[in-house]
Amino acid sequence: MTGCGVPWISACKGNVLKFRTGDDTNQVTEVNPDLLIVEGLRKYFPVQGGILNRTIAKVQAVDDISFIVKTGEVLGIVGESGCGKSTTARLLMGLIKPDTGSVTFGGKLVDDSDASALREMRRQMQMVFQDSYSSLNPRLPIEDTIAFGPKVHGTLTSAARARVRDILAKVGLDPSQFIRRYPHELSGGQRQRVNIARALALEPRLLILDEAVSALDKSVEAQVLNLLVDLKKEFSRTYIFISHDLNVVQYISDRVLVMYLGKIVEIGSVKDVYENTLHPYTQALLSAMPSMDPDRRTESPPLPGDPPNPINPPSGCRFHTRCPYSAPICTTREPELAGGITQRHSVACHLLVPGSGHPKAPAQHVVK
Amino acid sequence: MSELRTSANQPIVDVRNLEVTFVSRDSTVNAVNGVNFTLQPGEVLCILGESGSGKSVTLRALMRLLPRQAQISGCVTVGGKDVLSLTERKLADLRGSEIAMIFQEPAVSFDPIYTVGRQITESIRRHENVSGAEAQQRALDLFERVQIPSPERRLRAFSHELSGGMRQRAMIALALACQPSVLLADEPTTALDATVQIQILLLLRELQRELGMAVIFVTHDVGVAVEIADRIAVMYAGRFVEIGPTKKIINSPQHPYTKGLLSSTVNSSSRGKRLKAIPGSPPDMTQLPIGCAFGPRCDHVHPACRAQVPAETQLAGVDDYMVRCLLADGPLELT
Repeated sequence: MTGCGVPWISACKGNVLKFRTGDDTNQVTEVNPDLLIVEGLRKYFPVQGGILNRTIAKVQAVDDISFIVKTGEVLGIVGESGCGKSTTARLLMGLIKPDTGSVTFGGKLVDDSDASALREMRRQMQMVFQDSYSSLNPRLPIEDTIAFGPKVHGTLTSAARARVRDILAKVGLDPSQFIRRYPHELSGGQRQRVNIARALALEPRLLILDEAVSALDKSVEAQVLNLLVDLKKEFSRTYIFISHDLNVVQYISDRVLVMYLGKIVEIGSVKDVYENTLHPYTQALLSAMPSMDPDRRTESPPLPGDPPNPINPPSGCRFHTRCPYSAPICTTREPELAGGITQRHSVACHLLVPGSGHPKAPAQHVVK
Repeated sequence: MSELRTSANQPIVDVRNLEVTFVSRDSTVNAVNGVNFTLQPGEVLCILGESGSGKSVTLRALMRLLPRQAQISGCVTVGGKDVLSLTERKLADLRGSEIAMIFQEPAVSFDPIYTVGRQITESIRRHENVSGAEAQQRALDLFERVQIPSPERRLRAFSHELSGGMRQRAMIALALACQPSVLLADEPTTALDATVQIQILLLLRELQRELGMAVIFVTHDVGVAVEIADRIAVMYAGRFVEIGPTKKIINSPQHPYTKGLLSSTVNSSSRGKRLKAIPGSPPDMTQLPIGCAFGPRCDHVHPACRAQVPAETQLAGVDDYMVRCLLADGPLELT
């Protein structure tokens, strides 16, 4: 995997830094390491009801999350339904406006005060959705669908057509056979390839894949994952890969971000999160995976109950209602992501913070 | 589990040459094309297949829960009764009492305008001559059995008031209301979160053992099948291409499709390696290839594979193991 050896460097927002790429090379490259910086992002959706249709509650979809995506890496986002994965993706794209917080992309703050800057930002950040059918216009042949974006952004029709042929070949669809077809004439895997081609046609720097392989059959999922890995090698793009499937995230990501009810509970390299798992929720998620070994079946469920409703999330640590290590402190005080966003591996849990008030918290500092 | 199968029991489900086609003016979809299997009492069979392989249609055919344009042929026996020739009334007696089903989407399986408790008592009183109070008590016991917290309150709830996992538990309670000897489960954990999915799987496994039910479990997820099945049937283009004990299928699959399916499934050791995907996509069920339906995607395809559909072959030296592949027979030693 490319990029897995990118060393973490301390956060220097938007600054051009010298840093080393790769595990064993001493090559020094000059790049902007932080492609995307997310700070304090929050989005509550109002719930209307009652006879006056007033706001009676708020869904706390994303609550104060911060993270960094470095150029050339794949950041995986995992979590159960309703944890805010997709809302995060939509906030990054500027498809919905955050209540508070900021997104800095390529050193520039993303906001809607400068329309042309927002337009350019949208070109550089593209998204692939889960439902391959509803994200394509059923009345356009796929050539027109893929050429649409480049044309809007000022590419001449003939050049856009040439790019369509080029990009279709790259995603493994024979242009001569496919350009005049409509979405309903394609299989699910082919449609998802078209969606990837559509996103890549604008040559984005960041590709956000929101459950992009979840609706595909396993045999086709493997084809599309291989394609994503190949395209990444070829174009060295940055991906944010959102999925509920821990195996797929482990396969494709360099770093992983685990969310629970709108909060980041753990973030770190794939190796750290999967092999040196710190947060009780991440541990439960990993042990809830089917074993794939008939001799070693799962014997007891790692967690009781369902995830709580994000309309009224539990106080303190949102996981305390299902956590096997819950202590009184967890019900009252919200744990912070230890060390903030610059740590290699950080986790939001009182259990791991010395002096947090959790009876089982260590006396000495253990979180790196 | 497996000790039950070795005794000389009559199979509780016997399916012979099951074929289902959906006929419309424009096309004929060959959803199921000759499925054969038997199920012993207390056995768990998983039908593993990708979307459109005919696994759900097979399951529904066992209860004749298919729309009118479906043409079913073959022979389906459940608990000694010939399902395909039963009258509607006899069929209604069979459904729920002898054979019951749980679905992927419990939210749409419950009637939204009645409480879940009422739907369970209704089902009990439809099949058994018991008083309302007794049915109510049975419903309460069922809710306790499927581990729903505060069951009395939950019986009075409507389905939209329950969480996803709770709704699936209520659905299981409804299916078990009249102690069926066969439970059909159509992807019951697919729509659930990972931490809830494993709870429901373990619950089903526990109930199956306690009640000695036979279960047919349809899934597309190999991991789920491994967690629950005694035997696995792999389905492709409306046929079982391979059926055998779980361990054998997972550790030494015979059919190229099963091999491809297992090697293309991402697991924790795949990182950094290229996935061995199966090329192409599943066939169009309105125009199946003449020979082996997997032929166009198969690495080992041989002219003989295109001539006719491979017959079901019993694997030599292994009990209860069927493969539909010319390679398994031995005459075509190919690489």
